[in-house]
Amino acid sequence: MIPEIGHFALVLALVVAVVQSIFPMIGAATNNAQWIAMAKPTARAQFVLLTVSFACLMAAFLESDFSVLYVANNSNTFMPTIYKVSAVWGAHEGSLLLWVLILSVWAWLVSVFSKGISAVMLARVLSVMGMIGVGFLLFTLLTSNPFERQFPIPLQGRTLNPLLQDPGLAIHPPMLYMGYVGFSVAFAFAIAAMLGGKLDAAWARWARPWTNVAWVFLTIGIALGSWWAYYELGWGGWWFWDPVENASLMPWLVGTALIHSLAVAEKRAAFKSWTILLAIFAFSLSLLGTFLVRSGVLTSVHAFASDPERGLFILIFLVLVVGSSLILYAIRAPKIRSTGTFTVISREMGLLINNVALIAMTATVLLGTLYPLFIDALGLGKISVGPPYFNTIALPLGLVLFSAMGFGLFLRWKKDTKERVFAKVRWVLLFALLIGFLVPILFMEFFDWKAALGVALASWVSLTALLWVQEQGRSPFKLPLSVWGAAIAHIGMAVTVAGISLTSAYSTEKDVRLEQGQEYQMSGYSFLFNGVKEAKGPNYIAQRGEVVITRDGQEVATLYPEKRNYGPGTMPMTEAGIDGGFFRDLFIALGEPLGKDAWSVRLYHKPVVNWIWIGSALMGLGGLLAAFDKRYRRVRRRITESKVVEQSDTDVKGNEVTA
Amino acid sequence: MKARNKRIIFILIGLCTVGAASAMITKAMQSNMAYLYAPESVMAGEVPKERLVRLGGLVKKGSLKRSDTSLDLSFVLTDNRGHEVTINYDRILPDLFKEEQSAVVKGKFDANNRFMAEEVLAKHDAEYMPPEVKDVLAKEHSYPGKKSTPSNAATTDKATYE
Repeated sequence: MIPEIGHFALVLALVVAVVQSIFPMIGAATNNAQWIAMAKPTARAQFVLLTVSFACLMAAFLESDFSVLYVANNSNTFMPTIYKVSAVWGAHEGSLLLWVLILSVWAWLVSVFSKGISAVMLARVLSVMGMIGVGFLLFTLLTSNPFERQFPIPLQGRTLNPLLQDPGLAIHPPMLYMGYVGFSVAFAFAIAAMLGGKLDAAWARWARPWTNVAWVFLTIGIALGSWWAYYELGWGGWWFWDPVENASLMPWLVGTALIHSLAVAEKRAAFKSWTILLAIFAFSLSLLGTFLVRSGVLTSVHAFASDPERGLFILIFLVLVVGSSLILYAIRAPKIRSTGTFTVISREMGLLINNVALIAMTATVLLGTLYPLFIDALGLGKISVGPPYFNTIALPLGLVLFSAMGFGLFLRWKKDTKERVFAKVRWVLLFALLIGFLVPILFMEFFDWKAALGVALASWVSLTALLWVQEQGRSPFKLPLSVWGAAIAHIGMAVTVAGISLTSAYSTEKDVRLEQGQEYQMSGYSFLFNGVKEAKGPNYIAQRGEVVITRDGQEVATLYPEKRNYGPGTMPMTEAGIDGGFFRDLFIALGEPLGKDAWSVRLYHKPVVNWIWIGSALMGLGGLLAAFDKRYRRVRRRITESKVVEQSDTDVKGNEVTA
Repeated sequence: MKARNKRIIFILIGLCTVGAASAMITKAMQSNMAYLYAPESVMAGEVPKERLVRLGGLVKKGSLKRSDTSLDLSFVLTDNRGHEVTINYDRILPDLFKEEQSAVVKGKFDANNRFMAEEVLAKHDAEYMPPEVKDVLAKEHSYPGKKSTPSNAATTDKATYE
């Protein structure tokens, strides 16, 4: 019964979504106040219906209702409750339901926190979000219904992909989806602004906090995925340039560019059409990511079973969304006038460099990800593009981007002079270069110029951010949140960059054959292998190794790397043993038994690898602070006041209120 | 007049940047692209030496040989039609590596025509095979493998690359 309720709620949600996408849009075009007013209730109803639907699926998982095909395929009675819950989005059908649920959450939030936005604009925004909802609900219902029943009912289900039975991965997909789908808000604002024909600072101001929050979720989601890959996949890497990782990185890069260009669009009335284009691209790349993951056209860690029908559906949807929004853009763009002018040395130019570098990175990643697909489709052979390609390109672009990051904060809008900015930052520049050279010489075994460069850039970015906060000349507690947000996000980026450069240059990775009782020396540590014993978990059996690590005769840690077996039909899982720390991680993973008590073992020493994720967390915090700046709330209040005055005017003409 | 000059300079700089970037990207792409070859092409001598390539096929039954003292090992990739190629490797094999299952290896043929793998990828479960390898095996002969159907979607999710 419960699955039927869920299914029914899903169908109803589709009906409501259709209403939500048609009536407010027409109402906005024809000034029909009643139809405009339908936007909010329909958006909220959709949220309620999808919550019901999602709750029903979760109930089916918690009750282990194996008459539901999706539940039977991804859950069994032995699984711990937390993984029964996360199994809801553990595979294709459920993760799509999560996607539409999150879309409705965003629409609901927009409908609630929309006090400063005119009813017409809001109607258009929610209508656009409704259209996206229609597409994905149709997709879910037609090709991947999670509530499908099966008969006869099996006594026991299969199991959730053991790779996903991990707390980090339980929250990785929701975070990532909040980010992906969150860009639909900026997208909807951009489309609505174009439809309304009023592309002034107002839409940018409305879109900014939403974009920030979506970006924060995406940042955290990507970081969680990378962290999980590091400790769960068992070979100690944190980024593989895997096509699906790239699929999540591209919206992040464009989203970062969007955040910065929105600032220009709002404050200086420049970059107007460019910003609109970025908003379209950020969401389109999110859709592309969904397509790449869901269609199975890629061979990757994430490749779900391929089903051409599903791939085709998303591809058509993608073409429709991108095509129609670009056509709209082509019609409207000539009318968009960027009135703000600026000179070569100005903050606008700094942000332009930021945008160009980020978009160039996106294009590179896009090319490297899609090129093998094109070559294959053209029948020219099967190729793969290796990580060195991405690294080669990312290095010079990163150099440009991070150099500009430091200067950018100090540049004035519109017009500035080289001398003024340089006078402010020259000591910091010198100091950063010094740190870059000294860190590898003093703390590392050898000098690596890439690491030195990375550390220098990281110091440069973080020191300029700190100096900039101090420059504001106010007590740190009275500074606007957006200042803190920008500074912390920049510092977070710097910490991540430092982590990446140092760990890439100075990691020691050894694959060795160890017999029971054998000792191995590496990076000043001694690893004593005490053999492998069998251990039992709640729903798996593990081969558990014991490795005692000592340094200068002192015990540092005892690690228990495991090889887990989750039962027939699943693959073995490698559970690494990690001794984590601020300055280094020691990472041990079991390979395979080689006979005679010998095992192949991976021993890694990874300096400052955790900085990569600490930095990401800081970036997330920064984005969040900026999103909750008082300015946005104050502006809303001011708009509300002016709206009251212009209320009648607005209703008659259907114009947006401009602040 | 001045504004126009400025614009021309901007455009020139832009063109130079785009040109430099394309050149860099093309070069990076060329040196990091790895084509996939079948054992058949290896035997026909179509695979370039000392260049990064990928080979795909099935791991031949009973062909995995390990050293007693180090991690050095070798195995044979086959296409079930009598074409074979021996792979050498000195790191840890992925969890999913098994004889009679599909694998893709990345590496180079050295001057003596020995294939040294830098990376071994295995992806399978009971019924799944990477699309690429399936194509390699299906070439000219139809491969009698089972087709992946939506009902086993949940299990095929579990396939991974290592």
